[in-house]
Amino acid sequence: MKISYASVAVDDQEKALRFYTEVLGFQTKHDIPMGQHRWITVVSPDDPEGTELCLEPDEHPAVKPFKAALVEDGIPFTGFAVDDVASEHERLTALGVRFTQPPTEMGSMVTAVLDDTCGNLIMLAQGTMA
Amino acid sequence: MPGLTGKHPLAYLPRQCMDELYRAIADPTRRAILDELADRDGQSLFELCGRLTMKHGIGSSRQAISQHLEVLESAGLVVVRREGRYKFHWFNRGPLRSINDRWPQTDGGSEDA
Repeated sequence: MKISYASVAVDDQEKALRFYTEVLGFQTKHDIPMGQHRWITVVSPDDPEGTELCLEPDEHPAVKPFKAALVEDGIPFTGFAVDDVASEHERLTALGVRFTQPPTEMGSMVTAVLDDTCGNLIMLAQGTMA
Repeated sequence: MPGLTGKHPLAYLPRQCMDELYRAIADPTRRAILDELADRDGQSLFELCGRLTMKHGIGSSRQAISQHLEVLESAGLVVVRREGRYKFHWFNRGPLRSINDRWPQTDGGSEDA
């Protein structure tokens, strides 16, 4: 068994696709109309056959309060690995991305937390858990 | 000449407030929270919990840390401010001044006491 995809629940799929590709730098893997929504997944350009991230509509009534409670406490529910958190922080801040936590050393890791503009906080992490 | 020009108004905090202040800083986890806010002010609950775990080895639950923050908040040492959808915690050092004002340093006193 392997992990084929994981999801982030977004408030607007079109806005999310732009943010995850044009700002974060992922590539569109699938973009298929599905009724009133789309099946959209993105992948890392470094690993196009790797795990896909599905940009899923957040319209189920349980999702919005869940997301709001996480955001209020600054909790990122999804995380991406980067080589250098500080340079990504600098690059993304210049593109107008809001960070709720700047690059911070957390033991053997450096982490930062950004707002994906679609109702989610995302962790960027460099290094691994010791 | 500090001390001669009158005490800081906070030296006259009602006794109940003083009790809350001393109780707030009597706990090592709450002091660690203040240490981390002194390092970087305006943190989310998530960031604070991460720092306490990774830097202080404090494995308390998020809920427990939240309760510690409430104690610090009611003692006036932490101020919670909402910014849009986020909630950040800020260190307010004001009440700590009342401790120094109550027992001010004297000329012969050791700085490290």
